[in-house]
Order: sequence, then structure tokens, then C-alpha cells
Amino acid sequence: MSAPNSGTPPTESTTALAALSTEQLIGSGQEGGLLDQVRAWVQRVRGGDMGALPAVAGFIVLSILFTILSPYFFTERNFANLLTQAATLVMLGMALVFVLLLGEIDLSAGVTAGLTMVIFVVLIAVVNLNWILALAIAFLTGIAIGTFIGFFVAKVGIPSFVVTLGLFLGFQGLELIIIGAGGLYRVETPEILAIQNSTLPTWGGWVMVAVMLAISATMSFIDRARRTRAEVPNRTIALVWAKLIAIAVLGGGVVLILNQNRGTGFKAIEGVPIVVPITLAILWIGTFVLDRTKFGRYIYAVGGNAEAARRSGVKVAMIRWCAFIVCSSLAVVSGLFSISKVGSVDAAAGREIVLSGVAAAVVGGVSLFGGRGRLIHAAIGALVIAVITNGLGLLNLPAGVNYAVTGGVLILAATIDAVSRKRAGGSILRT
Amino acid sequence: MDMPIIELKGVVKSFGPVDVLKGVNFTAYPGKITALVGDNGAGKSTLIKGLAGVQPYDGGQVLFDGSPVTLHSPRDAGDLGIEVVYQDLALCDNLDIVQNMFLGREELSAGTFDEGRMEREAAETLRQLSVRTVKSVRQKVSSLSGGQRQTVAIARSVLKKAKVVILDEPTAALGVAQTAQVLALVKRLAEQGVSVILISHNLVDVFEVADYISVLYLGQMVASVKASETNNEDVIGYITGAKTYEGTPA
Ligand SMILES: Nc1ncnc2c1ncn2[C@@H]1O[C@H](COP(=O)(O)OP(=O)(O)OP(=O)(O)O)[C@@H](O)[C@H]1O
Ligand SMILES: [Mg+2]
Repeated sequence: MSAPNSGTPPTESTTALAALSTEQLIGSGQEGGLLDQVRAWVQRVRGGDMGALPAVAGFIVLSILFTILSPYFFTERNFANLLTQAATLVMLGMALVFVLLLGEIDLSAGVTAGLTMVIFVVLIAVVNLNWILALAIAFLTGIAIGTFIGFFVAKVGIPSFVVTLGLFLGFQGLELIIIGAGGLYRVETPEILAIQNSTLPTWGGWVMVAVMLAISATMSFIDRARRTRAEVPNRTIALVWAKLIAIAVLGGGVVLILNQNRGTGFKAIEGVPIVVPITLAILWIGTFVLDRTKFGRYIYAVGGNAEAARRSGVKVAMIRWCAFIVCSSLAVVSGLFSISKVGSVDAAAGREIVLSGVAAAVVGGVSLFGGRGRLIHAAIGALVIAVITNGLGLLNLPAGVNYAVTGGVLILAATIDAVSRKRAGGSILRT
Repeated sequence: MDMPIIELKGVVKSFGPVDVLKGVNFTAYPGKITALVGDNGAGKSTLIKGLAGVQPYDGGQVLFDGSPVTLHSPRDAGDLGIEVVYQDLALCDNLDIVQNMFLGREELSAGTFDEGRMEREAAETLRQLSVRTVKSVRQKVSSLSGGQRQTVAIARSVLKKAKVVILDEPTAALGVAQTAQVLALVKRLAEQGVSVILISHNLVDVFEVADYISVLYLGQMVASVKASETNNEDVIGYITGAKTYEGTPA
């Protein structure tokens, strides 16, 4: 613990050096310049820790492919369309990450979204309830469903696959009972419709990017300050700049495209759809919780080795239970995105989407075996699947092709998951 | 003689109709290494799981520093400063070394992880134990060898100034060099005043490091002796039940 005691204040490099010299025995993986960090990253990828890399590559390849095949694919209109189409799946995928990380699954997440939306619209249309109250009841229902699943999985010990498969069927029945076969309710709440159909003013998009940059920079510098205080080396500052530049370029590019007028009639349609900042906010909060709080860390620990977590004093059942509640609650949000886009709710709401949600997470690099994955992975995976759906749709191919391709991508992703898990040594089973 | 830091009096434990511990007495002293030996299924792991609060005893008394305590959860044991390194290693493969060492007792600052401080303390602890084989404290545990994992598990146990460290067959899966390293680590723990309880089937290892040897036979403590006052042959006799210990428990 030898801080440099010369008169000069400790700079980035001197503290790193001091730490290095006292600690030659063990490094922290943070040492070295940009090149060393890149090299370390390449090594991790080679070791099987690929994260969202295959999905990002897939996204780029598919986008190029569809741009070549269809003149409509790479247009402002379709770009905005793609984002709003993907939003429901992104949110559902992120919801599922919380339980997938535990090595569990929630097959009822889609119909949870559907059922809560059925309740939401029926409360407004039939009972004439105020929409905010109806929304609150929808969320409470979602929380109750998560509590129910969590109880049976964490306390009773039934496999989540079975519990949620039961609910998957049961909720479809409930939807039918409430709405009636062939029944359909239109969504008439302007605030809900606005989520997917209204946009931020054009300056709002720039503010959004600015906020993202500010938050990212603040977090990075707080982290660095803490590490400096603890006298452990920091990664080279170039990485922070690289990250900020990436956000600025990517975010700026997206905003730039979305701020073009994409309307076909008199009325200009421009700006970032409101669903985008909502999704980004939830993504950020969720990632914060998973990376920086005990709850998040314990989700990973339980997913990695539940018995080890228990022996370390983690309340395993409680963590499982809460994860299912988070999953169901976020599923309600995905339901909102869905009805906002579609504009109506029928008795089959949410029936088909759940496997796509699981696919989104797995395609993005979330492991089905638990313990590995991030929210952003599910978001990227959902974008890949949305690109496939959207692109194939533009090509006027029969709907069957879409299912077949999506299914193929899922199996491919699961294979990558299994193989990389073996390479990372995860196949050594430990209780 | 020192006062024992741990004293078990007549602890019993059964799984259904099977009596695994049939009234076991056991003592461990600060700064000393007590080896717990016995055949497969003798009840060694069960005895220490009770001390760890993972599988509470059905009956009997546990004295810690002379006063009776209850151990009903891993937290109870942790609060007393009892740490266990399990036979079936209790590490999370998907987390890195620092995250594993701090699992269940993370350092917070403003409600969120203070990763810097945790990394510092983890590196510090590994250095005190003269661990050299680990490249980076931010390595995932899945990328470590058996010996390195064992090292991390032991370092985890001493991170929080443990008073008692229990090691269940820490060298069972290790090669010659790594075994020597872990045994050296065990000695260093005792030198720092920690009471070490070491379970092992390898009597060579036991005689190399242990101050006391306690022998479990079918759920009963059949011998407790000073390592310097017994020999390999006698201990094998106690373990297999071929010989009965005559003296008073050390
Ligand atoms: N959870 C359990 N349920 C039922 N029986 C158990 C349980 N745990 C242990 N036992 C039994 O208790 C006995 C003692 O087991 P224990 O694991 O304590 O033995 P051990 O001395 O550690 O053996 P080893 O040297 O093989 O590790 C064995 O007969 C075992 O089958
Ligand atoms: Mg055992």
C-alpha cells in the first residue's frame, strides 16, 4: 500500500506503477495501454467468452444482406419501423434475462404481458376505469404473477419450466374467458398509443444522446476515482474515451436518421420514437442493478453455483423469487409496447412471442445454462430477430420462412452458447 | 494449555434413520492445526457442515471461546469468524476471483459495489499468503486450475480475519507441487493465529502439518491425540477400528 510519497500528486500512471511494484505477484488485468486491453479482450473471446459478438456480427451481415436485396430496407421509414417493431421483443428479452441468468425460464412471460394488457384494456373499456389506475392494476397483476411463479419455483421447488408452462396454458384460457373467442378491444388511451406512435421533438433526440454521454462519463469517472482511492490500477483512460465516442457516433447516427422526415403525406413524421428513451432507461437501470448491487451479483452467483452462493450466506430462494417478480413486471412493460404498436388486444395476446423472447436473449449471448449474459445482449439479440422478421417481410417471402429462419438462428445461437461454455471450462460440473 | 476456541460436546446428527454423528466431542485450539481423519463416510464432512451452519446439528453443545453458541445458518458461523473451505469447492465459476472472495460480504459505497476496495483487499490477502500462481485477480474462476481454485477458496476464508478455518480435503485433487503449496498455506494460516481444522485422507500430509489428530470412526470420536505423541501405524489402526485409543483425549 505504498502511495507515491513524493511531492507530486499521484497521476494516473504513477499510481498504476506503484500498485504494480508492490503487487508484482498478482495483476488485476487492468494494466497496460489500449493495445494490451484489446489483446486481453481477444484472448477472452478466443477462450469462449464471446458475449454479444456473434449477434453484432449477425446484425451487420443481415443488414447488409437485406439492403442489397430490398430497396426499402435501408430507409428512414423502415429504420424507425424496425425499432418500434423490435421494442416489444427487446423488453421481453430483457425481462427474461433475469430468470435465464439463474438457469431458469419463464415460458409464461408472453402471456403474462398479454393477460395484463387484456385486464388493462377491459378495465378501461368495460369498467370505465381511469387509465392510470388500470395501468397500476396491470402492473400489480404482473407482480402477483411473478410472486406466484417465484413461490412455486423457489419455495416449493417445482422446475420453472413446468410452473410457467402451466401458466402459459392457463393464462391463454383466462384471456379467452375475459375477452371471448374472436373478441378484440381497441386501445384508445392516447398516452399508451404515444409510446410507439409519437416521437421526441428533434432536439429531444440530441438531448437523449447528451444525457447518455453524461451518465456514461460520470459513472466511468466515479469508478476510476474509487479505484484510485483504493490504490488499484485503472484501465487506460483511452478506453473511456473510446466508449464515449462509440456512444456519440452510434447514438448520434441513430438520432440523425430518425430526425429525418419519414412521413409520406403532408404531415412530417420525424424524431426518435418515445419507446426508445423508455427502453434505454430501463436497460440502464437494469444493468446498473445487475452489475453494481448485491441483488444483481447474487443473481449471477446463484446462476453460477447455487450451493456456493448459499454457503456464502446468499438467500438463494429470495433471489430466485425476486428475479421472477422482476421478469413478470418487465413483461408487463413489453405488453404495453406491444399494444401501443398494434393498437388492439385480442384473446391470443402474447401467445407467440415468448419463444422469440428466449431466442432474443440466447442469440444475443445470454447462456441458457445460467450465470452468463447481460441485458444489452438480449436487446441486441432482439434486434437481430427483428431484422430477420422485417427483412423477410420486405422480400414478400411466405411467413413460414420467417419461422424457419428464426428457429435456425436460435439453434445456431444455442450451439454457440454450448460450445463456448465448454471452452470456458464450464462443463466441469460442480454442485 | 491454551483454551480451546472450539469445543463440541456430544453433538449428534442423523439423516432419517441413519445416525451419522453419535455424540461427538471435538476441540480445536487457536494457532494450531487439528487434523480430522477417518474413513469414507465416517462423518467428517457432516461434522464440519454443522460447524459451518450449513447442516445444523440435531443435538449436543457447541462452545466458541468457552461460551455456548447456536449455528443455524452460514451467517451465524461467519459472524463468529468460522470459515469453511468445502470438499466440493464452493466457488462460482462464472465470477472472477475478487467477486468470489467477497461473495455474500461485498464492500459497498453509496449502496453500490466499491470494486476498487474489494480488489485491493483481495490482492492484499493473496499476497499475504504469498500466492504467486494466479495471474490476475480479475480472472474468472472457470479459467483456474484445481490448485488455484483451492487457493482462492482458502484466501476467501481468511479474507475477513477468520478465527477458525476449516478445510475439507483441500489437497485431494491436487498434484505434488500444488499440494505442497496448499500445505504451506495452511501452516501460514496457523502461524497467523488462526485455528485450522484440516480434514485429509493423506496421513503423510497430516503428520507434516498437524499439531493434533482427531479420529472419527463410524460417527464416533475414537481418538484425539497430539501428532507428536502418536505415529502413522496407530492412527491407521484408529481409522480402521483395528486399534483402540487408551489415553485421555488431548
Ligand atoms: N444429506 C445427507 N443425507 C443422507 N445421508 C447423508 C447426507 N450427508 C451425508 N450422509 C451420510 O452420512 C455419512 C457420513 O457422510 P460424510 O460426508 O460426513 O462422510 P465423510 O467422513 O466426510 O466421508 P468422505 O471421506 O468420503 O468425504 C455417510 O454414510 C453419508 O452417506
Ligand atoms: Mg467428506
